Amino acid sequence: MALLKSSKIISTVWVHPPLGVRSIRASSWWSEVQMGPPDPILGVSEAYKRDTNPKKMNLGVGAYRDDQGKPYVLSCVRKAEAQIAAKKLDKEYLAIGGLGDFTKACAKLALGDNNEVIESGRNITVQTISGTGSLRIGANFLSRFHTEARDVYLPKPSWGNHTPIFRDAGMQLKAYTYYDPKTCGFDFQGALNDISKIPEKSVIMLHACAHNPTGVDPRPEQWKEIANLVKKRNLLVFFDMAYQGFASGDIDRDAWAVRYFIEQGHNIVLSQSFAKNMGLYGERVGGFTVVCKDAEEAKRVESQLKILIRPIYSNPPMNGARIAATILNTPDLYKEWLGEVHGMANRIITMRELLVANLKKEGSTQNWQHVIDQIGMFCFTGLKPEQVARLTKEFSVYMTKDGRISMAGVTSGNVGYLAQGIHAVTK
Amino acid sequence: MALLKSSKIISTVGVHPPLGVLSIRASSWWSEVQMGPPDPILGVSEAYKRDTNPKKINLGVGAYRDDQGKPYVLSCVRKAEAQIAAKKLDKEYLAIGGLGDFTKACAKLALGDDNEVIKSGRNITVQTISGTGSLRIGANFLSRFHTEARDVYLPKPSWGNHTPIFRDAGMQLKAYTYYDPKTCGFDFQGALNDISKIPEKSVIMLHACAHNPTGVDPRPEQWKEIADLVKKRNLLVFFDMAYQGFASGDIDRDAWAVRYFIEQGHNIVLSQSFAKNMGLYGERVGGFTVVCKDAEEANRVESQLKILIRPIYSNPPMNGARIAATILNTPDLYKEWLGEVHGMANRIITMRELLVANLKKEGSTRNWKHVIDQIGMFCFTGLKPEQVERLTKEFSVYMTKDGRISMAGVTSGNVGYLAQGIHAVTK
Repeated sequence: MALLKSSKIISTVWVHPPLGVRSIRASSWWSEVQMGPPDPILGVSEAYKRDTNPKKMNLGVGAYRDDQGKPYVLSCVRKAEAQIAAKKLDKEYLAIGGLGDFTKACAKLALGDNNEVIESGRNITVQTISGTGSLRIGANFLSRFHTEARDVYLPKPSWGNHTPIFRDAGMQLKAYTYYDPKTCGFDFQGALNDISKIPEKSVIMLHACAHNPTGVDPRPEQWKEIANLVKKRNLLVFFDMAYQGFASGDIDRDAWAVRYFIEQGHNIVLSQSFAKNMGLYGERVGGFTVVCKDAEEAKRVESQLKILIRPIYSNPPMNGARIAATILNTPDLYKEWLGEVHGMANRIITMRELLVANLKKEGSTQNWQHVIDQIGMFCFTGLKPEQVARLTKEFSVYMTKDGRISMAGVTSGNVGYLAQGIHAVTK
Repeated sequence: MALLKSSKIISTVGVHPPLGVLSIRASSWWSEVQMGPPDPILGVSEAYKRDTNPKKINLGVGAYRDDQGKPYVLSCVRKAEAQIAAKKLDKEYLAIGGLGDFTKACAKLALGDDNEVIKSGRNITVQTISGTGSLRIGANFLSRFHTEARDVYLPKPSWGNHTPIFRDAGMQLKAYTYYDPKTCGFDFQGALNDISKIPEKSVIMLHACAHNPTGVDPRPEQWKEIADLVKKRNLLVFFDMAYQGFASGDIDRDAWAVRYFIEQGHNIVLSQSFAKNMGLYGERVGGFTVVCKDAEEANRVESQLKILIRPIYSNPPMNGARIAATILNTPDLYKEWLGEVHGMANRIITMRELLVANLKKEGSTRNWKHVIDQIGMFCFTGLKPEQVERLTKEFSVYMTKDGRISMAGVTSGNVGYLAQGIHAVTK
């Protein structure tokens, strides 16, 4: 039976009911829907799963692993969960903007306890569905209300999902130079050059710390020049802070750029995620903040954020926000959390040092300084696609084609093997 | 200092840093952002909170209350939570489409255990952020892929949030006659008349059971005629099922219309919510299903749903889905759940009967049969705005201006007082 997209024929022909049903079922609303391209990172994980080599390593994973390569649920999180369970709280809807105890603490974490912005009430901070949800709310808000400019400038490269987030929200994507493949570091002059040409009022995306995917962050004196140039160009700053505390191990240090820009008078928008720094990944905990002129403006912006959020998901999920709020607002748990974040960051930093030390031990004469200079979960090794392919084929070490590895997948148990493999394909 | 939207002046004048900062802070990206209109339902709740009358009743609430007027966390939910906590599961990201154990059970619940659709693999069901999230994913999907028609036909009236959901997703809203204010019932002929004129391939929204806000549902023989007419008109059916089990107390009975349409060969899209029937409100648990021609098409549709979801929130929240999956997949808990849903629906039905009985006792000669005929959480009383206002002012009974009351707010303790008030303003 030929595929019928219209049931016009069926309705005018007298058919035996079962035949009629089959005809409808054979027709389809979705025949033009194409199979989408396979997810590149998922492809890596799936190939890894199929591999039977006992020494295989998955360096595509974007989640923290402990030194045994296992997922790590923070001790302060378990304690917070126990406290919450004991309270036998109800499951009534949160407000559209989320849990107040969470959003207040979320803003304080980013901006600092006694920040003038919070004290004057000129920020509006809403709870979001982790970092992605925050970025999308922000993108939708810009699309609706920042009508003077449609362009969002991302660093080159940026997190892969930034592009569809802004595009699906109706913004246009552009880029500014950021990564220098020659040094595996920051192309500061290239960035300044490009930023100096960005049209006024455009949106510029800045990664607050632990740039994803390169791990390359500007130094404080470089941030100061960027802040100055961005002010001259009159650009709307969108900070993405997905790794506060996770990058250097120190939450204030990782938030330095965000706080500096605000001090310098930039009324930024900011996305925060608690996926990595609190290990709350699947609980989807995040925040979106707009720093406004004053409290009156913050109220107007808040009302419009709610109008935007309500027809997307009505109100955000409660569980993760309760956990995060409990940790942020309970001194003992907050202290324990700071220690655990420091511990995670430290393990990553140690693995970077071990990897370089092992590469030297293998006899590598290449310059691996960037592995130590880069910060956060990811490392742009500088490996070329052919080298990556060999590393995967010959050593069962899995990573994305751009040579990015997740340091979280490196352990003291496998770092030697990793160094062997990298040396073998680069010597 | 005049409000400066551009910092051009500041950047060319040599100013003392604090002044420069003040100038930037006084400038604003959001001066054109208007204060949004106040939320009508929120307004009701806030006025209720301010009222000091000890006999006050809040009939605006869209969440179930027990006979003491308190939020109700289901016993099977508490048990599921304890089971989950004992397993000490990690918090790794769910897949983009959500928790497999949940989505499979979610589809089975709606379509029935042995449904041919599930067996042939021709449905794709993804986990969503409750009902709103499901509707929005559906709206976005239709907007992107159902290019042959832009119009979505809602029943008149429909849930208030349906309109911005589809509008923000880029669809156009239209309506078909549904509620008959003369009878406080279903305007069947009016609906058929309007539906017969809907252009082919348009999307028609049907409330599967417990129509919100009227509580007026078609009878089975009426559903059959609607299904037939919709097939003749070749319309894409979008079912919103937010109250399965909660309407009649029987999950199969409440899903009858959905299952009938599928049997008749409609390849529907379907939104499900577990907010009310499992009391999971703030956990945000829902599902979105596309019934496709075959498994191959379901795979294509799935790939595109994932591409759509990823830049909105990446992957859905885990906690509520784990609870729902545990209940649906554990025979004891599933049985207990069916009992509790039946209990909630029964209490609502009892309150309807008590309200009418008390109105008669008060001496009301009006026809209140619709209060018993309507089904689900809400009741369209037929009260006019002036009567509603008197009820609020003189009796501290709070409801929305359209005369809609939430039966969940009625208890054996306050139903007598409510009847007094309604009688007083309608005699």
